[in-house]
Amino acid sequence: MIDLALPPLCLPPALVLFTGALLIALVRPAIRPLILLLAPLLTLWAVWNLGDGVSWQTQFLGHPIELIEADRLRRLFATVFALMAFAGGLFALRQASRFELSAAYAYAASAVAVCFAGDLISLFVFWELMALFSTLVVAAGNHPAARQAAVRYGVLHLFGGVVMMLGIVGIMGQTGSVDIRAIALDSVAAWLLLTGVLINAAAPPLSAWIADAYPEASPSGSVFLSAFTTKAAVLALILLFPGAGVLIPIGIAMIFYGILYALLENDIRRILAYSIVNQVGFMLVGVGIGTELAIDGAAAHAFAHILYKGLLFMSAGAVIFQTGKRQCTDLGGLFQSMPVTAICGIVGALAISAFPLTSGFIAKSMISQSAANQHLALVWTLLTAASAGVFLHAGIKFPWFVFFQKDSGLRPADPPWNMQAAMLLLAAACIGLGVFPGLLYGLLPYPVDYLPYTAAHVLSQLQLLLFAGLAFFVMLPWMQRTLTISLDFDWCYRRLIPAIAAQVESGWDWIKQRFDAFWQSYGARALDWVLDPHRSRGWLARTWPTGSMALWVVALLVLVIWFGPAQ
Amino acid sequence: MNADPDQRHWLLRPGTLRLLCWLGASVLAITVLAQLWVDLHAEFGVDGWFGFNAGFGFLSCVLMVLVAKVLGYFVKRPQKFYRHDD
Repeated sequence: MIDLALPPLCLPPALVLFTGALLIALVRPAIRPLILLLAPLLTLWAVWNLGDGVSWQTQFLGHPIELIEADRLRRLFATVFALMAFAGGLFALRQASRFELSAAYAYAASAVAVCFAGDLISLFVFWELMALFSTLVVAAGNHPAARQAAVRYGVLHLFGGVVMMLGIVGIMGQTGSVDIRAIALDSVAAWLLLTGVLINAAAPPLSAWIADAYPEASPSGSVFLSAFTTKAAVLALILLFPGAGVLIPIGIAMIFYGILYALLENDIRRILAYSIVNQVGFMLVGVGIGTELAIDGAAAHAFAHILYKGLLFMSAGAVIFQTGKRQCTDLGGLFQSMPVTAICGIVGALAISAFPLTSGFIAKSMISQSAANQHLALVWTLLTAASAGVFLHAGIKFPWFVFFQKDSGLRPADPPWNMQAAMLLLAAACIGLGVFPGLLYGLLPYPVDYLPYTAAHVLSQLQLLLFAGLAFFVMLPWMQRTLTISLDFDWCYRRLIPAIAAQVESGWDWIKQRFDAFWQSYGARALDWVLDPHRSRGWLARTWPTGSMALWVVALLVLVIWFGPAQ
Repeated sequence: MNADPDQRHWLLRPGTLRLLCWLGASVLAITVLAQLWVDLHAEFGVDGWFGFNAGFGFLSCVLMVLVAKVLGYFVKRPQKFYRHDD
């Protein structure tokens, strides 16, 4: 029984974006750009018109379903999702297919719906919609490799959804509640729920989907993909598992896994995909530390990351769109003919490296500072090393191999105006947030008592990053790109499991052949021995004379009389 | 392409590259020497050492490149590894 109670004058933000996605699929191409730009802006308006607390509530199977629950944290994530939908829509305005645009907006709408889901059931439903529409965005890459990657991506995310559902059902059974609140990791159900969320956060070992799928999407598709799934998972972790210590080692593992694999990569979007894992690792460490500063840091970093990673994917997408090439070995020297793309790419690279005056600097340092405040010396040391590593693999490597290094001889122009406008918008946001940190700090869930711009912090960060840059150029001969890929966990389901299945199949064939041979040599003879007496000429099938039967009956009668029981 | 030095992009001319190298080296030196005047508020003691962040940033990056190199020997495969029969 569903009883929907609608409050007055409350427009669900996700519904606005879903409607936009539907209209994009239906309207004439001439009107589509208007919908693309208007829908995210209306969503943003709806996000900021939501009052705190639950505003759309219903009942399902006796459980309260809170379709919209707003607070500062949820609004922060929904805001950046809507902003990213706008920037992505602008970038894709004239290039992406109607199918991709519609799927991407539905994907963004699902992510916004996840932000405001007030209970585990609606969280799960919107989570699965996000998986469904993001799979379509990957498939919209529209080449065989994209469709194959989409199938793997979809299967893995549906598996994650099943694990999450098991956790939710277990928690419902144990507590009788579907409320979204901090959950202690003291039951199998809680661990299953955490695992389901971590699969979407791209935590190892199930992290390879990100580098497998995102680079196969279209140039604009990968911009949308970079923004929502992993960051919605970070929001879910903040809501469900704040302060869960296990997230710290998982986050550290993600950070270094991302750096090392990005260092090995030749495909420019795979470098950025591994870099997402690395950056989400920082956020997980923040959630795991769990103090107010750490949670603020994780949320701020997610916000900043969506913008600069979107910018980096736009920059890479613009290069691929203009050149048709995606390998570092095929690129180089593009700054000469694509200055806007190069400058925007460099701004994104500086922001991800947390250079002063960029958004990364004011966000990421909150997580490191929270580790220091909690006297987590090892965590702080590893985060500091990782900050240098980020500059190494994304801050310098990406722009260097794409826009500088050797001259590839390619002279493509900058991409169409809408792509440039989207890149400039995000570049301005990266610098704007870095210069005016109060803009972001004012949106964070807890009051911020942190000053990013102290002489000590700026100097120590500059020392760290600039000498990391020196290390890049010193080690450059060791970092020459090769025409290779790197085996990751996806090898298990792309090679190992099919190989095991093939072995099982061939083993079964071997058993069948041996059985057939045995049967033909022994079994068939044994069967003949049993059946022969019954066949037409068998001795049991022969006609028996009546006299013979009478003789045997007499013999039996004698035996019964002789040996039978005495009367 | 662009064999004539005068036809090169101004950023690629030898004079500019020399200038950039000197500029880079100067900035590196300044960021370390500035520590003579700026107290870095060490959180754990060691991070207050003179040039700690510079040395730590450099060495940790060198280490990461070396580890990645070793890892590459085990995990790198030809680009078409999955493309043959996928």
